[in-house]
Parts: sequence; C-alpha cells; structure tokens
Amino acid sequence: MTSAGIESLKFEFKGARAPAAFAPTLVGVVASGNLEVLLEPTDPGVCRIDVQTSARGFARIWEAVLRDFHDRHDLSGVAVSIHDMGATPAVVSLRLDQAVAEIE
Amino acid sequence: MNAPEARDWNTRAQGRKRRLERAAQALGSHLRGKTVDSAQAVTLLNAVLEPHDRVCLEGNNQKQADFLAQALVGVDVQRVHDLHMVQSVLALPEHLDVFEFGIASKLDFSFSGPQGARLAALVQGGRLQVGAIHTYLELFGRYFVDLTPKVSLIAAQAADAQGNLYTGANTEDTPVIVEATAFSGGIVIAQVNEMRESLPRVDIPAGWVDFVVRAPRPHFIEPLFTRDPAQISEIQVLMAMMAIKGIYAEYGVQRLNHGIGFDTAAIELLLPTYGESLGLKGRICRHWALNPHPALIPAIEAGWVESVHSFGSELGMEDYIRARGDVFFTGADGSLRSNRAFCQAAGHYACDLFIGSTLQMDLAGNSSTATLGRITGFGGAPNMGADARGRRHASPAWLKAGQQAREGLSGARGTPRGQKLVVQMVETYREHMQSAFVERLDAWTLAEQAGMELPPIMIYGEDVTHVLTEEGIANLLLCRNDEERAQAIRGVAGYTPVGLGRDRRMVENLRDRGVIRRPQDLGIDQRDATRNLLAAGSMRDLVRASGGLYQPPRRFRNW
Repeated sequence: MTSAGIESLKFEFKGARAPAAFAPTLVGVVASGNLEVLLEPTDPGVCRIDVQTSARGFARIWEAVLRDFHDRHDLSGVAVSIHDMGATPAVVSLRLDQAVAEIE
Repeated sequence: MNAPEARDWNTRAQGRKRRLERAAQALGSHLRGKTVDSAQAVTLLNAVLEPHDRVCLEGNNQKQADFLAQALVGVDVQRVHDLHMVQSVLALPEHLDVFEFGIASKLDFSFSGPQGARLAALVQGGRLQVGAIHTYLELFGRYFVDLTPKVSLIAAQAADAQGNLYTGANTEDTPVIVEATAFSGGIVIAQVNEMRESLPRVDIPAGWVDFVVRAPRPHFIEPLFTRDPAQISEIQVLMAMMAIKGIYAEYGVQRLNHGIGFDTAAIELLLPTYGESLGLKGRICRHWALNPHPALIPAIEAGWVESVHSFGSELGMEDYIRARGDVFFTGADGSLRSNRAFCQAAGHYACDLFIGSTLQMDLAGNSSTATLGRITGFGGAPNMGADARGRRHASPAWLKAGQQAREGLSGARGTPRGQKLVVQMVETYREHMQSAFVERLDAWTLAEQAGMELPPIMIYGEDVTHVLTEEGIANLLLCRNDEERAQAIRGVAGYTPVGLGRDRRMVENLRDRGVIRRPQDLGIDQRDATRNLLAAGSMRDLVRASGGLYQPPRRFRNW
C-alpha cells in the first residue's frame, strides 16, 4: 500500500561495475524540492532503483534520469532507494552522483 | 488672397501661467513660495490639472511618489478626467485606481510587475487603453518626442525653501522626468520626506520645480535586489561556476550587467572564491552597471570591483556605499547618485555582457517572462539584453563574440564588427516542474488574446549569444543555421520535453565542435559545486563582510 499522493516506481538495470563492500549510505534530505538517496548492497549483476515520489505523473522523466545515471556508473549489486519531495531532475542526478561518490 | 492668420506661438507659456495662477488662488495662504501644505495636495492637483493632460506619476522600479499617487486618486473627477498616464513602473494599487475611477483613461508604460493581472483585467473591461509597452530608455526617449508630460508628480528625499531637491540615493527616473516636463512648459510637483534649511547636495535645481509638498510619511522604496544567500542552491552554484569559467574567463569580460535573481547572485558570491582560485581577479568583472547588490559586497571587499554605476539604490546599502566612495558614484556629500536613464545607456553601450534569467525560451532562443492573464512589460531587460547596433568602440570580449558570429560569412553580414554577449541563465525546470524550454512561448497566445501587434518577447533569439543551464552552455554564436541553433538549445534543455526531443547524434556533434560544453568539458567537477563555495552563505555573512556597514531591511534579518 502507498500513502495518498505518493507514486511508487521501480527500475532494474543490468550492471557490471560492483563497488567494494560498503555499508548502507544515505545522502540528501527529505524536504521540499529535495530528496533522500539510500544505497544498500543487493544481489550481484543488477542495480535496483526504488522511487517514492510526492510528484505524480513524471515516470517518463524518472526513467530518462535513471537510465542516464546507470549509463554513467553501470553499478552492479547496488539497491537505490529514493524518497523524493518534488526535486528537479538536476537535483536528483546530483544527489545520485553524490551517493555513488560516497561508496567509491 | 488673405494673409495667413497670425499664430500665437506662446500657448504653452500661457497655459502654464494659467495653471500656476489657478493654484495660487485655490491654495491662498497654504502656498508659501513653492511649498504647499500636505493637507492641500488634492486642492493643488484639482487646480493644476486639466482633462486629457499627459501626466507622469513617478513610479520607479523602487522609489514611489506614493503620497501624490493617493492625492491623484482623490481629485474631482468632474474636473479632472481622461488623463493620459505616462510612467515607467506601475507598482502601487493607486496607479490603477485612477483608471478604475475614470480619472485617467490612457497609459504608456514599461513595467507593471505586481499589478500585471489587474492591468490585464482593466484593459479587458475597457477601462483603460494601453498606448504601448516600452523599455525604460524607449519610454524616456518618447518623453522628449511625442509623450512629453504636461504635469509630473515626483518624489525626493528633501527640499529647501527655494524648492531645490535632494533625491538621496534613489535618484532613479527623477532627472529625466523633470527635464522633459520643466523644459516644455509643464508643471513639476514634488513630494518630499523632509524640508531642510540646506541640502546635502542639489539633485534637481529649484528653477525646474514648481511645487513642493512635504508628505506625511516617507515615500515607499522596495528592496528589490536583495537576495538571501541562504536560498542559493547547489545547482545555482554549478551554473555560476560555468558562467565564470565558460563565459566570463573565455571572453575576458570586464564590463557587465547582471539581472535580478539568485542565479546571478551566485555568480557575484563566487568571484572571491572560485574566481580567485582560477586566477581571474583583475581579468574579469572590473566595471559594473548594477544596482548596489548586497551580494556584490564580498567581491568588492576582495578588491575585484573598480566601479559600479547604478540605476537605483538598494535599501540598507547607504552606509556601505558611503564608505566605498572609490567604487560607487556618489555626490560630494558621500551618498549614492543613481540615474536610471544614464545607467541604461551605460548598460546598453558600454557593457560587453548581460546575463539574466527568464521564464520561457523557445527553440529560436526567444525568451519571455510574459504569462497568460497578465500584462507586465520588461523594464530594462530588452535594452540590457540586446546587441548595441550603434556601438563602435572595440573591446576584446566584444570583438571575439562578433568574430565567432561572423566566421565564414561574406558581404554585409560578414562585415567585421563586434557583438554584445547576451546570456540567458535558466534551470531547465523551475519550481513545480515547470519547463523553462517550450516549443511555443505563452507570449504568442497572450498577443492573440490581448490583440497585440507582436508577441511580448523580452529578449529576441537573434540577440541571445549563450544559453546556460545546469546541463551546460550552448554557444549560439557558433550555430550556422536554425536547425543547429534549435539542437544546441535542446542539447542543454535537460529532461524537459524539449530536451528529451533532441537528436542525440547532432547534439554530440555540436559538443565535439564546442558549440555545447558540459561542466566536465569545462573542467568543472559537479561534486565541487557546493554551497561552501559561496563567499557569504547568509544575510548575516553579508553584514559581516561589509564590516557591519550593510544594514538589511528587517524582513531579511533572520538572526
């Protein structure tokens, strides 16, 4: 079940670049126009991205943003959880890159 | 054949005399020299004004002749009606009340900002006819040609008994209004905050002023250009880094004008930090046509800025300006002398770069802040953000831009000349996921709905040289046809529908040619774009940087 107004989106990409063992890592904040990104280890070979967003109706843009993110990093064995409060695609990309920098 | 009837060549002087006599009669002992009791302001206007007069009510970007605006709303509409208002800015409710009440019926103006929606409703309802929307310089120009005011209602800080005026830091439009009125047989009425025995300096000589009214309250001034650094985002920091490294350093921009907003405030706050780290001090940003932006304080303190000439002032900056007399234009008394007309001319002809923001841009690079249901105008932006076709003096930045634009062209279009750098700096998505890039500007629909001859475009695509977004810089000077230009714009339009509609191969090709440059192409690591780079992170930091001289208005004091 999702709370009213929240849209839930799931993506899975095949990835080749597995980071060294890492502890769950959190960047960003849940605040208007911002987002929180949590990285956790998961099954090898895939990058799973789970988005909870307060801004409904932007699935196509999320897909484009996350596909570009995956093109940049090609992560494997990483689960990404996003709690978004209406951040722009620019802020989303920036937070994702910051999170990856934290585990590298 | 009859001899031609003898013409009377002095009707203006006679009309002026008639108006002054009527005022003297109506005011009686309430008129002493040129000084009128504030309680008699409406009486004065009833006596001086005639139906169909062209009236300039001083409404500036910042300073407002608010007491006289209230008095004008109170005139007897049987005696005074169908006035033709000419004024640069409509900011106060009274500026439109005069149309609502039938005192005025026609309007020529530049900018209506907060009154834009009500103005559109009044036009729709047939209560007022808009002559035209102008740039500031354009409207000032018409004050001396076919929109000369018969009566002007202006605002100053202080007057002496003779009627000399001291405007204080916010001189703004006053000189140009008074010049046009006083030298064409018109009447100048000034509201002042105080009467003084002697003035710190004379901004308007008494011989050009007919009446002075001491207003019961100081005139209203809006602190329009104050931006709290605490609200600048990392994305804005990134864009500011690109502006400094990818445009200012690239062209060696020494003379410039910044628009209003957080994007350009971020650039100002990055000069003493990021700019310094690139070794750019002295190589860029030495001369400014700019209001006294508080965000420029750290750059001034770090020795970056040689001169600043201002359109108007900014509340709270008075003491700081006084203490930095080498940088700002100040009178012998030490206080700022601003002048909108001269600063607009300076920005147009003597600056090599304008950078500002917009709400919408189309694929030709046309940009506009016009939105449906509002009639607002653009103030000075179209003059700042336009190539000065009459310019003849050269500078390295101007020559380089002109050379890039004309490479490979022949004949008239290839004749060597410079070009002004006009940069539009926008995040691809504004708040609430509003795309800054659109296939068609709202301005077209607005023009259809309001019956305008042309869509209200703020800056024409022909004049825009660079589009800067968080995704990179598109250099439109290097585009050779409409298709390239459209793809260059799509190529920095991010995840907006316009950006997603790009031809990826063509965009990569433009990137190879340096038409599009990404942050990494400029040697900028996105992860370095943090708020730590801002020379001041808060209003309090700005006060500290000024050595306590800057005193922000209360609403900006959050500590």
